[in-house]
Amino acid sequence: MTLRTTLSLGVLGVAMIVGTANAEVRDIRIAVDVPYEPMEYRTPEGELTGFDIDLGNALCAEIGIQCEWVVQGWDGIIPGLMARKYDAIMSSMTINEQRREQVLFSDPYITPPSAWFAPADVEIGTPSEETLEGMTIGVQRGTLQDNYVTDMYGDVADVNRYATADDMVLDMDSGRLDAVFLDFPIGKSTLIDSEAGDYKVVGEMITEPKEYFGEGFGIAFRQRDQELADAFNEALAALQEDGTYDEIFEEYFGEQE
Amino acid sequence: MEALITWLDSRLADNSIFTLQTLSYYGEGLVTTVQLVFLSLVLGLVAAVPLAIGRGAKRRWVRLPIFLYCYVFRGTPLLVQLYLIYYGVVFVEGIQETWLWVILEKPFVPALIAFTLNTAAYTTEIFHGAIKATAKGEIEAARAYGMSQRLMMRRIIIPSAFRRALPAYGNEVIFMLHASAIASVVTIMDLTGAARFVYARFYAPFEAFLFVAAIYLCLTFAILYLFRYLEKRLLAHLKPASG
Repeated sequence: MTLRTTLSLGVLGVAMIVGTANAEVRDIRIAVDVPYEPMEYRTPEGELTGFDIDLGNALCAEIGIQCEWVVQGWDGIIPGLMARKYDAIMSSMTINEQRREQVLFSDPYITPPSAWFAPADVEIGTPSEETLEGMTIGVQRGTLQDNYVTDMYGDVADVNRYATADDMVLDMDSGRLDAVFLDFPIGKSTLIDSEAGDYKVVGEMITEPKEYFGEGFGIAFRQRDQELADAFNEALAALQEDGTYDEIFEEYFGEQE
Repeated sequence: MEALITWLDSRLADNSIFTLQTLSYYGEGLVTTVQLVFLSLVLGLVAAVPLAIGRGAKRRWVRLPIFLYCYVFRGTPLLVQLYLIYYGVVFVEGIQETWLWVILEKPFVPALIAFTLNTAAYTTEIFHGAIKATAKGEIEAARAYGMSQRLMMRRIIIPSAFRRALPAYGNEVIFMLHASAIASVVTIMDLTGAARFVYARFYAPFEAFLFVAAIYLCLTFAILYLFRYLEKRLLAHLKPASG
């Protein structure tokens, strides 16, 4: 009884806060770079879908605003935000200090680990300077995985940087790459699930050190849009509380551990 | 050298983008770009001379294939050619098991092949035009001397066509340098690749690309100067007699 009262009071409280935010927050446009399965991609019919899209729509519904998705290439996604082509970026963007100098982040809404993937027949022990020596490693240019691999193994291994994950998978298929370093969910869906048996995960999931892997994915806003960020943070907390978040998470990542 | 690096390091101490590390990326990129462009130009030039002669041959079966080759490589974007050669070869069944794969595995050789084929096509057309434009009088004079077709080609037509083609070829060299910027799409860390890397890492498009633009300008300047010098030497006979 008491618990339920507290809960409903809490929900009421959130609703009130969201209600006030509602008055100040206008309809917005959100940029997303596709495809990046399962975070954001298109269905065979061409519709945008994915964890980011579903969660973003749920957040917008919670705040009570209309959100329009804008597809934007990764290379220009932050400059586009600055140029007011859209008002937010929700595209698997890892929160880190360098980006924070440019944009304002929401609270992290998911923290995915990165992992090494290699063709099933390539023998690699736990990735280290010794085991990766002389190997050719694929990364997507400008990602945190690029920074991590460049700094940790750039001196001992060849690092090939690709504009898109598709090009990278193609080069791994052809045998040009010995290993790639990717966000785990993306690597799992593109390499493990869709090409059964050809690839394997090597070593542990990697989420440290924080200077590379950040605090997780955040929604990016322009520095001045503090109110907008607050509204999204409150909505996120509300969704995490009422179970909507878990529903969306399970839809894309299976059972939550 | 040690002192120079220390000095450079101290000068760059308060610069968060242009550290020694990123400058070394640009340096390696410069080497790669110059290698790629220079090699493809030399190979393209060597291929273009016989092709240009063949392009004007009387026999159809010599002329036509060369015309087709030039038409295809001048008629499609270099980027598409590069994609086809780099990603296309892997669809050849079993190529990974042959010796070819040793050279095609790394992106440098596929890019070199694409660039060479492309510049050879353009250069062939430039030379072909220059050969066609040989003054009638020169040819008639050579015939009057009893020169064979072969001798005339070697002694009269090619040297004079080469000089006439020089300004247009200088343009092709500069175009090739600028076209090489697309090498980074197949993971080559050339100058543009280095700039894109720095851009992506520091989110600093202006700094990264202005710096690389300045390097390209310097290279272009060097090429211009070289061709000005060559033209002055080789085309001296075209200058009006000065009083």
